[in-house]
Amino acid sequence: MLDRIRDKAFNGKRLEREEGRYLLAEAPLLEVGALANQVRFARYPEKMVTFVIDTNPNYTNVCVTDCQFCAFYRKPGDKEAWTLTVDEVLAKIESAVAKGATTVLLQGGHNPALPLDYYLSLVTETRRRFPRVTPHFFTASEIQTMASVAHLSVEDVLDRLWEAGQRTIPGGGAEVLSTRVRSRIEPKKGGPEAWLSVHRAAHRRGFKSTATMMYGHVEQVDDLLDHFDAIRALQDERGGFTAFVPWSFKPGHTLLEKWIKHYRGPNAYLRMLAVSRLYLDNFPHIQASWFSEGKDAGQVALNFGADDWGGTLFEENVHKAADYVNTISVDEIVTLIREAGFTPAQRTTEYEILQRY
Amino acid sequence: MHFSDARLHPLWDKVRAGERLSREDGLTLFATDDLLGVGRMADWAKSEREGDRVYFVINRHVTPTNVCVLSCSFCGFARKPGQAGSYEHTIEDMVAMVREETREVHIVGGHHPDWPFEYYERMIEAIHAAHPEVQIKAFTAAEVDYWWRRFKIEPKEALIRLKAAGLQSMPGGGAEIFSPRLARLLKYTGKADPDRWCEIHGIAHGLGIPTNATMLYGHVETPAERVEHLLRLREQQDASGGFLTFVPLTYQEAATRLVPRRTPPADSLRTIAVSRLLLDNFPHVEAYWVVLGEATASIALHFGADDVNGTLEDERIQHLSGAQTPAGLAREQLFRMIRDAGKVPVERDALYNVVQVYN
Repeated sequence: MLDRIRDKAFNGKRLEREEGRYLLAEAPLLEVGALANQVRFARYPEKMVTFVIDTNPNYTNVCVTDCQFCAFYRKPGDKEAWTLTVDEVLAKIESAVAKGATTVLLQGGHNPALPLDYYLSLVTETRRRFPRVTPHFFTASEIQTMASVAHLSVEDVLDRLWEAGQRTIPGGGAEVLSTRVRSRIEPKKGGPEAWLSVHRAAHRRGFKSTATMMYGHVEQVDDLLDHFDAIRALQDERGGFTAFVPWSFKPGHTLLEKWIKHYRGPNAYLRMLAVSRLYLDNFPHIQASWFSEGKDAGQVALNFGADDWGGTLFEENVHKAADYVNTISVDEIVTLIREAGFTPAQRTTEYEILQRY
Repeated sequence: MHFSDARLHPLWDKVRAGERLSREDGLTLFATDDLLGVGRMADWAKSEREGDRVYFVINRHVTPTNVCVLSCSFCGFARKPGQAGSYEHTIEDMVAMVREETREVHIVGGHHPDWPFEYYERMIEAIHAAHPEVQIKAFTAAEVDYWWRRFKIEPKEALIRLKAAGLQSMPGGGAEIFSPRLARLLKYTGKADPDRWCEIHGIAHGLGIPTNATMLYGHVETPAERVEHLLRLREQQDASGGFLTFVPLTYQEAATRLVPRRTPPADSLRTIAVSRLLLDNFPHVEAYWVVLGEATASIALHFGADDVNGTLEDERIQHLSGAQTPAGLAREQLFRMIRDAGKVPVERDALYNVVQVYN
């Protein structure tokens, strides 16, 4: 099986589901990693790893969707609920810009009290005041919330965001794109098509986006394959995904914590990255990170097919709510990438190189 | 097996055929860019011996004193007599530190200027009398050599007396890096030199006392010095055969700062893999989670390691030197480290007798 997969991978042939299943469930980890790394270097011969200077603030923690994996949200009216004004969000962006941020990944809960104009103002004001920053705002389910609050179609909302100056959309909220998993852990968020349809419409409008995966809870291997198949097929349509970004579910303070006490460890992460490099043959970038499983596993991951190391995440609140805290500076990112044997390069949201170190 | 570095093919042929790797092979393994190629060969070698098994032990460390006459540059643990932070445990203290569920107690301490050899002998006797089921792994070759330097007690006599008192095995510390250059540079010339260190382990093996071996890496040593170290251990094992486990020790930079940062995890994974490949006569190679961190230790189980050490209810030496890992990892956490790697946890005793397989 491994020989067949190697043969296909090096001849540009697409892996089938049963091959994906073998890679996820059976293949020796280092065999998968070595293969993924060879594919990565065939595609990007340079020993370079990119990263982005970014921040992940949130505009509200109010949410009506009650996802079982989330420790961040509060119901409307909760005494710990909060929503920032446009000016308060911009102040956060300003402080990240002062530290060199070029990307702001802004997301929040599904807060039905917020009108469309609030979101549009966030985009236009960010564009106006911080022309060097890419507003990488609002995941698929937030865009659906905007549409339903404003009684517009998703396409209309995407048009308005585009007109306001937005060009990229973050890939959060995919979790695992399988009907079984999503109905179990996020029944109010809709099946895989809910996430996929927004990204399909966004790519059609000209947006770029990322595809994420949060694994390590109730999913089985077939659910992961459903996820891979779905995003690979969508990528075939218009090529709108820049990168695939997996991370493990962190159970602290979530409803799922009752059944799942710990996050999956580093080996599962390395395997996920390596398999995605092989299976997602039409994705340009595979993003490993110092954040998800820690800096050690993140450095090792650069030998398992990943070519990008994510962002600085100056502000991060969602994992923090699950008691998972990890921070880094630009200097440390550069040092760690170098130490791992690669040339660090700062990129934009859309993976253009800004500077090599 | 396919490699991205063609230099690994002849090495793989040797490994598969059970042929011994040479010094040049060792240097190639440290030099190649194909980290996962090195790891896969080591993983194969480990799997041939142990399959999916990964060992751990319910253990604790007892460190009698941090008072030490030496001034090794890499050590953040030692204190001079009377210096702030120095301590000396009584035998009663040490007996009380060991609990019944502990299977192995690991005893290593500073080279105390005044404690007579009999103090160590009584320490072992007392712990053994109070906890006859607990296996005692005690004293590095450096400490045994120090008793000769200080009290003119021959290593053989010391080990015979300690064995009679209840000592069952010896840890592998004090080896540092077998290099006269580094011994001078890092001020450990006052410690058993490589020949003496190996001689004492040979004596122990001759008395039926199994031992471990270590290598302190990730400071200012060269790959060639690592290879020399490993080959010297392999030679000693050929001669006396009593080594159980090789334990690579990552230099902890926080307190003593020989280098600005801890060596990256890929270097530790490579070192473990190369050790598994060069030390073809060592039964076990350990991924010591305290010095590696849990993530790297878990990944190392794919790079040739078949042991993670143990639950370690107390680990003073590494922690005073700044190791980041939380002390006292419970059995459940060790399970997670082993199972995340897809391996089967096997609880062992100090001598690698299987206590329980956790399928």
